[in-house]
Amino acid sequence: MTNPTSPAAPGQSRGERNFARVQAGMKKRRAAETRFRLYGMIAVGLGLSFLLVLMFSIVSKGYSAFLQTYVRLDVPLLEEVIDPEQTRQLDTLRSADYGALVKQNLRDMFPEVTGRRDKFALYNLVSNGAGFDIRDRVLANPDLIGTTLSIWVAADDDVDMLLKGHIERTGPEADRRIKDNQLAWIDKLNAEGRLEKRFNVAFFSNGDSRDPELSGIRGALMGTIFTLIVTLSLSFPLGVAAAVYLEEFAPKNRWTDLIEVNINNLAAVPSIVFGLLGLAVFINFFELPRSAPLVGGLVLTLMTLPTIIIAGRAALKSVPPSIREAALGIGASPMQAMLYHVLPLALPGMLTGTIIGMAQALGETAPLLMIGMVAFIADVPQGIFDPSTALPVQIYLWADSPERAYVERTSAAIMILLAFLALMNTVAVLLRKRFEQRW
Amino acid sequence: MTQTPILVLLLLALSSAAFYFGRKRAFQVAGGQIRKLHSLPGYYGLYVAIWAALPALLVLGVWLSMEGSLITQMVVSTLPASVQDLGPDKLNLVVNDIRNLVVGNIVSGTPDAAMQAAADRYRELQSISKLALFGVTLAVAAIAGWLAFSRIAPHHRARNGVERIVMYVLIACSLVAILTTVGIVLSVLFESIRFFRAVPVSEFLFGLDWSPQIAMRADQAGSSGAFGAVPLFAGTLLITLIAMIIAVPIGLMSAFYLAEYASRRVRAIAKPLLEVLAGIPTVVYGFFAALTVAPFIRDSGSILGLDVASESALAAGLVMGVMIIPFVSSLSDDVINAVPQSLRDGAYGMGATRSETVRQVIFPAALPGIVGAILLAVSRAIGETMIVVMAAGLAANLTANPLEAVTTVTVQIVTLLVGDQEFDSPKTLAAFALGLMLFLVTLVLNVLALHIVRKYREQYD
Amino acid sequence: MTQGKSMTVNAFEDTHETKPVKPQSTATVHRDVRETVGEVRVEDPRIRCTDVNVYYGEKHAIKNISLDVGKGEVLAMIGPSGCGKSTFLRCINRMNDTVSSCRVTGEILLDGEDINGRHIDVVPLRARVSMVFQKPNPFPKSIYENVAFGPKIHGLVQSKAELDEIVEASLRKANLWDEVKDRLDDPGLGLSGGQQQRLCIARSIAIEPEVILMDEPCSALDPISTAKVEQLIDELRQNYSICIVTHSMQQAARVSQRTAYFHLGDLIEIGKTDDLFIKPRHQLTEDYITGRFG
Repeated sequence: MTNPTSPAAPGQSRGERNFARVQAGMKKRRAAETRFRLYGMIAVGLGLSFLLVLMFSIVSKGYSAFLQTYVRLDVPLLEEVIDPEQTRQLDTLRSADYGALVKQNLRDMFPEVTGRRDKFALYNLVSNGAGFDIRDRVLANPDLIGTTLSIWVAADDDVDMLLKGHIERTGPEADRRIKDNQLAWIDKLNAEGRLEKRFNVAFFSNGDSRDPELSGIRGALMGTIFTLIVTLSLSFPLGVAAAVYLEEFAPKNRWTDLIEVNINNLAAVPSIVFGLLGLAVFINFFELPRSAPLVGGLVLTLMTLPTIIIAGRAALKSVPPSIREAALGIGASPMQAMLYHVLPLALPGMLTGTIIGMAQALGETAPLLMIGMVAFIADVPQGIFDPSTALPVQIYLWADSPERAYVERTSAAIMILLAFLALMNTVAVLLRKRFEQRW
Repeated sequence: MTQTPILVLLLLALSSAAFYFGRKRAFQVAGGQIRKLHSLPGYYGLYVAIWAALPALLVLGVWLSMEGSLITQMVVSTLPASVQDLGPDKLNLVVNDIRNLVVGNIVSGTPDAAMQAAADRYRELQSISKLALFGVTLAVAAIAGWLAFSRIAPHHRARNGVERIVMYVLIACSLVAILTTVGIVLSVLFESIRFFRAVPVSEFLFGLDWSPQIAMRADQAGSSGAFGAVPLFAGTLLITLIAMIIAVPIGLMSAFYLAEYASRRVRAIAKPLLEVLAGIPTVVYGFFAALTVAPFIRDSGSILGLDVASESALAAGLVMGVMIIPFVSSLSDDVINAVPQSLRDGAYGMGATRSETVRQVIFPAALPGIVGAILLAVSRAIGETMIVVMAAGLAANLTANPLEAVTTVTVQIVTLLVGDQEFDSPKTLAAFALGLMLFLVTLVLNVLALHIVRKYREQYD
Repeated sequence: MTQGKSMTVNAFEDTHETKPVKPQSTATVHRDVRETVGEVRVEDPRIRCTDVNVYYGEKHAIKNISLDVGKGEVLAMIGPSGCGKSTFLRCINRMNDTVSSCRVTGEILLDGEDINGRHIDVVPLRARVSMVFQKPNPFPKSIYENVAFGPKIHGLVQSKAELDEIVEASLRKANLWDEVKDRLDDPGLGLSGGQQQRLCIARSIAIEPEVILMDEPCSALDPISTAKVEQLIDELRQNYSICIVTHSMQQAARVSQRTAYFHLGDLIEIGKTDDLFIKPRHQLTEDYITGRFG
């Protein structure tokens, strides 16, 4: 940028020297600039690629859980096994040994299998739940007895894993979960068109089970829903009331300062500490039932309350004072001004904060472990006093299970959990957009 | 339990009736001229309704929370002296048996006559309590409602009355936050004190050996079990350190890039996406760490000829670091955006490049806030539970090698408390002592961080 | 960026409705451009601007402005708020680059070279055309480091001794040395407002620029500090060309040799300060300096 035409006025030499030095340093500085920008891009890129890897790993592991291998059986519903006395009484029908029918049927299909151990291996191809499926069909229509029922029942998880390619067919037999004879039977069933991958209904309709092919998320999901109902119905009113008091009515003194510091700190207290609180106070002191959504909800209420209060205060703060002044000016009491004029305007913001708090509560695991919502519970809970787990806890439990089939089920449960979270956050974002107001 | 909802519904019905009559009464005393009233008629109705419902509901709440332990005490006091002398543990078992008898569950061993009698007594007391509860709450509701009703007069300041009650309710609600802290402190403190009676504080804080399970097996409560928590502290610090080494540079650089370099569009996309990382439940990270990252690190280690534990501190720390990236980046982003534009202008106006401005002007200006953000992130990492429970080990190794398995404070709390709990064994109580440590450390970090950030914001406001 | 946004708002406050000198014609692009009255050009200019236009998105903030800044002179730019004088000032060292919606056309020559030229790097440009802002904005560093900032980033010094020398010389030139020489390591933010502003000027002259742009440098200062800064500006004129935007006509009269009057994005009149204040040639200028509006 040196300009030969510009006359060198006296006293300018120093400026020109400076300018030369600036120019000399430019290359290095530009390089440093590019480097720094690159570091920034790498950092953002790393963060985003972690997200991508995480999502990919979950989805690639989990998507197959939505399909499950089913076996078609043509089971003769022998009257002498189900209802030898032909009473057609519900109790009799209910307690009949349908499993024996399945076994019988399997033996008929593979008459060459004789040894006790081989038979056992054969029975193992079909889920333990097969008998229950047949029972349900019979109970629904007792006239079926005596006919041959063609029914798709869940295959055992090992068969499922084999067909999904998660278990090796080769290698030393002793190390394999599926032995050579089982492989032959499976191949034969497959060749006969008796094996098929179908939508995994059990995953959505069942509670937890020791058999992977029978286990589902319904119980955990209901537990989560009950827990969140308790959390929401407590934390929203409490949070809004506290936010209103602290923002609108509380005098500014050391006492309210303390409450403020306290709330900000609570928002950052590790969640497991809330679990300890729940264990000591709600279960040991108040003797509320262990493992119940009620206690889970109470603990999560205390945990999400700071989030909701902080969001609520921010929402109230964003309502301009002119609204309050206008209401007070026409003779409303401070309470009326707040209740009829300020609160309705702040409510969308408060709702957004509440949804975000609920999303937090939905994903929380550690405090629930402390209050016993971590037991194996096969029944779907019916209310807030029933023992139950929650979706994240179910994920934790399944992640710890050794069976290969639980890996995909864990991932699938995670996908469900993330879907719920995404839904809640989307609603929060939309709500914010919809009611966003610039004053 | 089943009667409670009925009672609550009954009280609500009573309260609505009170509203109706209160409102009507207000019209009456005003002789139809609302102007004569101090408040709108609805407020008189509300006034009566609140008085009809609130005291009764309070009574109900207190009653229900006390009922169980009171009845138990009364039953225990009627038990034969031989049973009462059994000591707290055995007595607890007996009480449990009695309760089971009451509910009709199967009891360990055959119930003897005394227990059967006690169970009958229990049942009897329960039904008495239920009846009395109905009577008392309804009476309270009626009396309080009537008193409020009789105060209705044109000059009665019903609105102020209602507003005062609402204000008390609001104050009570904001006290819940304080009560939570008090509850946390008390619950971990009491059990910790019991723990420190069995295990000296110095041994807990400075002991190098942690093996609570041994104490259980030898059935020598506390005396031989090793409760030296140093390996846990060291493990927690190691994993936190690894997490910070990942999260701080990436988080900070992302924050600088997004705040100072990125175009509005890039920012609008990248920032929420990064924040998604913070919204993913920790149990998901735990699963990812245990099933994807740990095997990956172990395999790559074995390729390099390194011996990596399958539950290495590195895997847990790495994943925890990823979780904390958005925490650092969005807190820092706030802080960086709070740096006044005039400082940037000052630097640009003299010919500083962007990176020079960021490094030499914005970074020093934002440093206090960034330190606050990092402290909060550290607090978060120390208290993080699920990732380490699922991906870090249980063995209390005292090591600085990130390739070995270590355990952390939170892992031990979970291990000690999940499953059967006995509240007199130091093993269970130790969890609360660890909880106390955790609470104290994170409290100090949080308060410090919040203070720094607040001071920082005041500086530029 | 926030500074830019606030400028955008200021630049279009369309509150002063005045009679146009030139009849409006819908045919030309700049239909409401007014002719400039007075001596636009000087001999031997440091900066020569020709037909400069600035747009913020759709808004036409600066309209066809041409003017010169001579060597060793102080040019004051006055005008009602929102007249575009700050915007114009920021064009001279391309501070408007940071505002994404901002577009500048026309030619601005620094020593005969177009600063908006394609091969021109803003970093060395700003080392030659340095800027002092309305609000004192010392960096959160020590007094010494504040002044040393420019020489350090631009690599103007090779040794600590040289740097010490520059810092002292700059602080002396800014009339601040005696007040701070014993506490050079104290934070710059600890100084009083007037001292902070002189520190910012010292920071600017530490890189020995050719032109110093000052955007209402005294608006946040008390009268005593203002007097000191004005005295400083007068001294600095020996070595630098200075453009100063000011709201105060007295200040313009005190410190400048030439004055330019801006109105709604137009340069209405420019000329010797004494002439302009004593017998303004344009009606709008007269209205303004006699206090009818502004």
